[in-house]
Amino acid sequence: MSILVIAEHDNSSLKSATLNVVAAAKAVGGDIDVLVAGENCSAVGEAASKIEGVNKVLVADNAAYGHFLAENLSLLVSEVGKNYGHIFAAAGTTGKDFMPRVAALLDVAQVSDIMSVESEDTFVRPIYAGNALATVKSSDSIKVVTVRPTAFDPVAGEGGSASVESVDGAHDAGVSSFVSEQLAESDRPDLGSAGIVVSGGRGMQNGENFQMLEKVADVLGAAVGASRAAVDAGFVPNDMQVGQTGKIVAPQLYIAVGISGAIQHLAGMSDSKVIVAINKDEEAPIFQVADYGLVADLFEAVPQLEEELKKVL
Amino acid sequence: MKVLVAVKRVIDYNVKVRVKPDNTGVDLANVKMAMNPFCEIAVEEAVRLKEKGVATEIVVVSIGPKAAQEQIRTALALGADRGIHVETDEEVQSLEAAKLLKAVVEKEEPKLVILGKQSIDTDNNQTGQMLAALTGMGQGTFASEVAVEGEKVNVTREVDGGLVTVSLNLPAVVTTDLRLNEPRYASLPNIMKAKKKPLDSMSPTDLGVDVAPRLSTLKVEAPAARKGGIKVADVAELVDKLKNEAKVI
Repeated sequence: MSILVIAEHDNSSLKSATLNVVAAAKAVGGDIDVLVAGENCSAVGEAASKIEGVNKVLVADNAAYGHFLAENLSLLVSEVGKNYGHIFAAAGTTGKDFMPRVAALLDVAQVSDIMSVESEDTFVRPIYAGNALATVKSSDSIKVVTVRPTAFDPVAGEGGSASVESVDGAHDAGVSSFVSEQLAESDRPDLGSAGIVVSGGRGMQNGENFQMLEKVADVLGAAVGASRAAVDAGFVPNDMQVGQTGKIVAPQLYIAVGISGAIQHLAGMSDSKVIVAINKDEEAPIFQVADYGLVADLFEAVPQLEEELKKVL
Repeated sequence: MKVLVAVKRVIDYNVKVRVKPDNTGVDLANVKMAMNPFCEIAVEEAVRLKEKGVATEIVVVSIGPKAAQEQIRTALALGADRGIHVETDEEVQSLEAAKLLKAVVEKEEPKLVILGKQSIDTDNNQTGQMLAALTGMGQGTFASEVAVEGEKVNVTREVDGGLVTVSLNLPAVVTTDLRLNEPRYASLPNIMKAKKKPLDSMSPTDLGVDVAPRLSTLKVEAPAARKGGIKVADVAELVDKLKNEAKVI
């Protein structure tokens, strides 16, 4: 059976999470087709055709899909996807929005946020904020699955030579419309795919103090994250939140500064390769998962860290 | 307008869960249960809409065992007007929950259905979207702001990279993110009053829905424990370890 992967993109460029989803699809086995749905997204179709191991790219270029409205996208994906054995998408906010709708339209269950593929119908996924891992088997004819990108090593984005076909016609459910968006501007790497993440919590005390973390992040080429406490206190915008309700990250190095380590925060970062905790409370739960812990006042330690890193990098 | 709110009984969010030794699931015996935090936010939003004069009646629905009536009573104490309990001891998965809710929506004909974006036990994040699909309604998922204007609702959604605002025709489905509001506490007089509010009970069969699960759980395991780390004395030692021992910088 062949697999349909829904590309994640912003109409001009392909998001790297798509490469991780293709890797998950590869673990299932079979032909992999990629669907690019958007508006003026031909460059994305082109980029998708170069992904290693992709058989065919389907491009649905229409104003109805320009803002990725779930009502319209789900009609398209359920129409195109009914001829496939599997439909895979990244478990980002876009995939989480339209994929359950696709599953319901096809009258099948969805398997959310898989971390591994055991066989073509069996997957492992986290439950209870990552405190347990469930192995689930789907008895449905079409497996609708969202993939946790950080759990799969990406395939190469170059070297493939898939054919590109366009999908005609527009599905417009006519019940929703785009009004506006406010996207956070950042020159730093994307939090979800960064190799190093420096995060701050309530201990940062205010938004200005996050500049200390940004300086460290700049030395390391890292992304900056935050705990829910820091977001709720208004220190930083909520798209920086790492945790059960925010982003799930699994970088090579995660540096938690002034973060106590609540269950909900650990759910978002405990698969990081190396965890560093800087906290003045030596009883903080974060030290139980940290590979390297430093009990210190972050207002002294963070500037020192920036200096020391500059010496060795 | 009538607002329908779906709430779920789950393990309390502060409880550290334990996987059963036979790997069949998580041990829920003698564990503190509560209303799912995202559902509390959904109830609070409905109550605020009523306080603004937008909502006229709030109906709260829960699917689950007899004990789920506690969570319905909690919602009634917070300001909902009446409850519907779809009683079943079976495990109800997202698609079947959405089908049950669709049957309730068809009976009640609410203008707005509010759910939490995900339950903190299964972490599926599916039911609201599935209900919207089955009823053909528009969906405003991961909402951090809800503004009803005439026959439309504007929903500001939390997405990767920032915020997006969409406009939906009513009736519509909204799922709540944590930042939508801060739920209130129920006062003792309101808890007492809630005991007198109407609560209808029905079964999945009454609603004509087969709740047989499509996904079978083969096993549940504890994740690999991280090995205990070390404490370093100062920043210089930390950087040295990261460079020469862990080799991550």
